[in-house]
Amino acid sequence: MFRFRKAILASVLLAGAGFAAAQDVSKFPGVGRAATPKEVAAWDIDVRPDFKGLPAGSGTVAKGQDIWEGKCAHCHGFFGESGEVFSPLVGGTTPADIKSGRVANLITPGFPGRTTLMKVPTVSTLWDYINRAMPWTAPKSLTTEEVYSVTAFLLNLGGIVPDNYTLSDKNIAEVQARMPNRNGMTTAHNMWPGDEFGGTKKSDTKNVACMKDCVPDVKVASLLPDFARNAHGNLAEQNRPVGAQYGVDTTRAEVKAGAAAPVVVAKAPAALAPQAAPTAAKADAAGVDSKAVMASLQKNNCTACHAVDKKILGPSFLEIAKKYPGKTEYLAGKIKAGGSGVWGPIPMPAQTLSDGEAKSIAAWLASGAGK
Amino acid sequence: MLNELSTGRIIKAPENFLSKDGIKAVFAEAKHGRRDFIRTAFAAAAAGVAAPVALAQGNPVPSEGGDPNILNLPEHSKGLGQGVASEGSYGKPSKFESNVQRRQSPGLTQTTQASVSFAPLQSLFGIVTPSGLHFERHHQGWWDIDPSKHRLMINGMVKSSKVFTVDEIMRLPSVSRFHFIECGANTAVDWGNVAVPTAQYTHGMISCSEFTGVPLITLLELAGADLKNGKFVLAEGADGSSMTRTIPMSLIKSGEVFVAYGQNGEMLRPEQGYPLRLIVPGVQGVSWVKYLRRIEVGDKPYATKDEAIHYIDLQPDGLQRQYTSIQECKSVVTTPSGGQVLLDKGFYNITGLAWSGRGKVKRVDVSVDGGRNWRTARLESPVLSKALTRFNLDWVWDGKPAIIQSRAMDETGYVQPTYQQLRAVRGTRSIYHNNAVQSWLVQENGEVKNVQVS
Repeated sequence: MFRFRKAILASVLLAGAGFAAAQDVSKFPGVGRAATPKEVAAWDIDVRPDFKGLPAGSGTVAKGQDIWEGKCAHCHGFFGESGEVFSPLVGGTTPADIKSGRVANLITPGFPGRTTLMKVPTVSTLWDYINRAMPWTAPKSLTTEEVYSVTAFLLNLGGIVPDNYTLSDKNIAEVQARMPNRNGMTTAHNMWPGDEFGGTKKSDTKNVACMKDCVPDVKVASLLPDFARNAHGNLAEQNRPVGAQYGVDTTRAEVKAGAAAPVVVAKAPAALAPQAAPTAAKADAAGVDSKAVMASLQKNNCTACHAVDKKILGPSFLEIAKKYPGKTEYLAGKIKAGGSGVWGPIPMPAQTLSDGEAKSIAAWLASGAGK
Repeated sequence: MLNELSTGRIIKAPENFLSKDGIKAVFAEAKHGRRDFIRTAFAAAAAGVAAPVALAQGNPVPSEGGDPNILNLPEHSKGLGQGVASEGSYGKPSKFESNVQRRQSPGLTQTTQASVSFAPLQSLFGIVTPSGLHFERHHQGWWDIDPSKHRLMINGMVKSSKVFTVDEIMRLPSVSRFHFIECGANTAVDWGNVAVPTAQYTHGMISCSEFTGVPLITLLELAGADLKNGKFVLAEGADGSSMTRTIPMSLIKSGEVFVAYGQNGEMLRPEQGYPLRLIVPGVQGVSWVKYLRRIEVGDKPYATKDEAIHYIDLQPDGLQRQYTSIQECKSVVTTPSGGQVLLDKGFYNITGLAWSGRGKVKRVDVSVDGGRNWRTARLESPVLSKALTRFNLDWVWDGKPAIIQSRAMDETGYVQPTYQQLRAVRGTRSIYHNNAVQSWLVQENGEVKNVQVS
């Protein structure tokens, strides 16, 4: 309080001396100014678990359902169950959980997936995030009543409030007492940098820096299955092409040790089976420069979802080539516009590459997607 | 991008590497000596693929008096090079470096706006992550915000709520410090089993930069914050998600937390929160709020979305750990690492990165036999608190299978755990804070695989 009084006194003196009134005595005069109440109100939107910050208001489950179907369902599903775009919001909780405050399916190791309502302990978290960040493409566009309504509908989907419920600042604490996982959190760990939560002082693990004969028997317990070899794209293209080691070409089958995997230059080729293989890249009869196309595929991130001869997220280039021989125009259009349903449920977004590049890639596909 | 392979040497030819014609050429040309054989058979094969194949840039014994790369002067030795600022005034990496990129892990997320791109650790040197290769994590897409319109507000338990412009923040006394930022979910996919092939995907949600900015305590003092009762601070972003996280006041009081505008000598990149980002050393990346617009001082924690729904660690008893923030001591060998291929037997430099959210790295040990025996690696300078530390160790590969591991120790004496030790306490469903020892299997064929050992 003493400092505060001194500050006021100082500012009065300054004002008297003809200076613009300083707000307080600052080590850094001229830096920063007082925020107006209007400014603070515009930005201070957070809501704490004790509901500090929650604006007065209310909203019904019924109204929430209307908003949900118009603004939320296309990502989260009509029942909040969809995992197509984000993790599911609803599911996995029971009336028994509402009673106990512990979600049993979190204790059962076998239960697949963890929904938001299974995890979240605090209803304030739902209100706060819907208010600040939803809908996904138009955050902060909902009115206070709409936020209450959507929150009420979401809670209703989880069986936490009945169909005819009106959620408000007056009864939200009662809802908190029904949150299925309200007792499911712990701060008994040592991974918070401070003692505000109590926590523990002890580390979870106590490894010792043993140097010699530390483990009797080393066995490989887990490794990537062969079918996933190329699932992240060609690793040769993800390493610098100069250095102590290169990336391995995962578009080709692995040379297993003990198989025909000669080490010495002069012997190597003789031991290998002949096959259809790369030929020099030059414009072929159809005018396709496969090397340039490959570069273009990489540059435009096509290879994140497509490989030459394996399905990743999208079909392989060879599959596409087989299905659409000669269809350059069609393919160029598809590359630019994107699409879904032809190769499965995962949509391909519209691509922003140039018309010229789209055409070259399409021509390459239409002529067989050769090397 | 391919090397100019006018000479080359294959050590371990990938299966089906040569065409029929190539094989024929091999037999024919072999009689005339090694250089011609290589030139004909391999140049053709190499030119046909977009990716570099397992060809080493050869340094063969010259059979005709010398290496053509020496004897035939290249264009760049005989012509006029390019002028200053000829391709725009912001320099770019060599065109031969185009493989070194941030990458998404296929299938990990369904949108690019709530997603992650991983830094290419296997291709980086030293401790600084080039700003353009810094890993990305966005919750609702990134923005390039006009700094003249950006504001930082301080409110809550303060004598006077304050507003600062970016100009004003930049007028204040600044600090410049190297720190790592690691996503709490780094290495998450390998909690249960091996799931991804390379160091980029296993450990690439970490980066390290020199950040420049103003200690948050300076701004809180300017607002007259109640530092005694205000035990917690809420940091909030200006983007669509207006990301919020609870920050411990004890860490702010230590002076370590700062509001940054600079990164590696220039302003923050837009993907990293331009123009202001909170730097919370040692704490997981989600707390380093980007597009920082507001700091609120409070007496209770906030249980924000990323403290109550995500970034919580599910334990075997079904309880979720809340407010787990510190990134504990961890390390990874970056070369040789998964998805790479060793070109020959002989000498290699095993190199990698170590870090700790509790201070400096004290020591790193490396094993090449799956953790049976260990040797202590060299720590390169600088060794800084809560920053990446580079380690190196000499190794001669005998061509036999080897399992390479690194194990870091920090200044508190804590030793990076094994998977077994970590799982014994935290199970396998935790998602976050996997700091277990990483194993890379070097196979006899030179290919390196991500493995876990028992």
